[in-house]
Amino acid sequence: MPATVTPEQLPPEPITQPAEAAPAGVPGRRPATRTEVLLSVVPGLGHLVRGEWVPGMILLLLWGFTLSLAFLTRAKIAAIFTARRLPVDALVAVVTLAVTALLLWGWAFRDLATRSRRPRRMHGDSQWSIAARHFRKNRLAIAGLVVMLLLYLVTLVTPLIAPFDPAEQGNIILSRYLAPSLQHLMGTDKFGRDIFSRVLYGARISLSIGFIAVGISITLGTLIGAFAGYFGGIVDSILMRFTDMMLSFPRLVLLIVVIALFEPSIYIVVIVLGLTGWMGTARLVRGEVLSLREREFVQAARALGMGDWRIIFRHVIPNTMAPVIVSATLGIGQTILTEASLSFLGLGVQAPTPSWGNMVADGRDALINAWWIATFPGIAIVLTVVAFNLLGDGLRDALDPRLRT
Amino acid sequence: MIGYLIRRVLGAIPLLLGILTIIFFIIHIAPGDPTARFVNPNVSPRVIEQMRHNLGLDQPLHIQYAKWLWNFIRGDFGYSFGMQQPIGQILKGWNGVLWNTLQLTLVALVMIFVVGMLVGIVQAVRQYSVADNVLSFVALFFYSMPSFWFALMLILLFSLKANQLMAAHPGWHWLGWFQFPASGMTSVGYEYMSFGGKVADRFKHIFLPAVALGIGNAAGVARYMRGSMLEVIHQDFIRTARAKGLSERTVIFKHALRNALIPIITLLGLYLPFLLSGAVLVETIFGWPGMGRAIVDAILQRDYPMVMATSFVIAAMVVLGNLLSDVLYAVVDPRIRTE
Repeated sequence: MPATVTPEQLPPEPITQPAEAAPAGVPGRRPATRTEVLLSVVPGLGHLVRGEWVPGMILLLLWGFTLSLAFLTRAKIAAIFTARRLPVDALVAVVTLAVTALLLWGWAFRDLATRSRRPRRMHGDSQWSIAARHFRKNRLAIAGLVVMLLLYLVTLVTPLIAPFDPAEQGNIILSRYLAPSLQHLMGTDKFGRDIFSRVLYGARISLSIGFIAVGISITLGTLIGAFAGYFGGIVDSILMRFTDMMLSFPRLVLLIVVIALFEPSIYIVVIVLGLTGWMGTARLVRGEVLSLREREFVQAARALGMGDWRIIFRHVIPNTMAPVIVSATLGIGQTILTEASLSFLGLGVQAPTPSWGNMVADGRDALINAWWIATFPGIAIVLTVVAFNLLGDGLRDALDPRLRT
Repeated sequence: MIGYLIRRVLGAIPLLLGILTIIFFIIHIAPGDPTARFVNPNVSPRVIEQMRHNLGLDQPLHIQYAKWLWNFIRGDFGYSFGMQQPIGQILKGWNGVLWNTLQLTLVALVMIFVVGMLVGIVQAVRQYSVADNVLSFVALFFYSMPSFWFALMLILLFSLKANQLMAAHPGWHWLGWFQFPASGMTSVGYEYMSFGGKVADRFKHIFLPAVALGIGNAAGVARYMRGSMLEVIHQDFIRTARAKGLSERTVIFKHALRNALIPIITLLGLYLPFLLSGAVLVETIFGWPGMGRAIVDAILQRDYPMVMATSFVIAAMVVLGNLLSDVLYAVVDPRIRTE
């Protein structure tokens, strides 16, 4: 008789039971033995022994990469401590390397060690942990996240991995327009500068401009949208008419007009990009706030006698964050593209400082003789923006309950 | 409908005036002067002063603004400092910068929608297939590509490298199909070509810029089209159409496509700002004498009347594009019309 009983016929189990049984039942979730945890002295080895190839290989490769980078650049690292003026760049790079190595180590240990413990499922999932679970299933989005993290990591350790100084001109006759080779991975430009090093340094400029400019525009957009949506009436019409006005003009042309006011420099470009990119966010947030304003928890807050400011900042804005995060992620990609366009036109980052946009512009004159000058910075832009778009799409799917499958 | 249109157009006027006012003040406050290019040791400062007086630049800003506004309301754009011509002449006509840009953007727009919709339909019909995934990724790739870089790559491959190959292998006539001119609107001997030759020549010149301008947006349209098509395909009336034995082609292209088009149609007008932004770069790269290049040159030269006129035309085009998309939405979707 017991053999014919199907799981459906069993009485429903108490809610705590499956949570305890689940880690043992799921393959690959078996608790780690002591040796496996100890093997994680070399991150990834413990995972490999358990037969978890993918995380094991990733951990091992990253760990090996970090250590060998530190070993290969030991001369440069030693130079930091003997230099007369402290090179902040290189110091940041060394600290980044050390932190990365430590983080990898800690993560490998923790991941295995917590397997043996019962997972904490005391209370229900929060909105964010549900989203995180959906996000983890999306392989493309994870790839985007990994590429993005790697890019930011690379920007931090650039002084160590760049083989040449980005402004070093070399022998103008012998080393100009060299095709890509082992010594110059991406060739050299008309001044004999190493394109690979310049692309690495350009990543710093482009990524930090993207990050800061989007930070500015997201803050502005959220504030404007929240005020317009919350207060309504005349405030709403004024703010939204202004938003419409800004939207009725192509962004690139508006940027060119505003930049005409100043001497172009990195700071100006960041600020102006931030000040012309908030309109989409403002509309988005306003739409959300319009519906949030009527919800019970906002009314309750009002009934408790809270001020408008407190309600906006503590109750309304936090609840609009999900779409804002998505639009920020996608916005960084777009901002990097726009910055590159401006620099290409000669109105963004100025000449000696390498940025992907002005490197492509440099390559334009020598397109037929030296295709590599324009090609590689362009590929760098495409890869970066693809990563941000993948990440943004993944976040959108994970954060929007309607899009979850 | 007509009342709605009038209301929308009237509502757009303060919008346009607002953005033009902002641009007027920014560009006048910006350092630099249209007479700067005449300054050299052989020109006495008094001549420059006289020039500024003639152009009305020595007056206070608010008076200059009032003058500009008055002329603008009467439809007088003034006289370009840089090109030494009335601006009406530069903009208008079959050789004017406005029509040049419109040609480029319209060809790009047609390409965007044809390519984008086809790709989107294929993806939706074969959802989760290899083709769907590959096309999604390729679309994302093009969507993330800077148009100026793509333009340079197109020139490198289809103009410079193709020329080299043709010179190296005179026998390979088929290469002519893949060889396009890198800049300009027409070839040198355009005036002496037959009619067919003229059309072919124009097409060859517009092809690369239009592709460079459109490809990113085409990828965007493909994404929308896929989503919209998928939404329709899973509805009951499609199942009914299949159940009554219609061929798959009829089901997809007659029943599904028509309904999936409704949200796509509204994109038609909304892509205009993106195209105009892109036109600035693409026109610069391909030496296309259009609005995008004209406005950048005007801004850099502080050619105030030209900046104002081109800004007005661009902003008006964007507003018209928005209006067009709303009207089209009402035309294709009867549910909107009744409201």
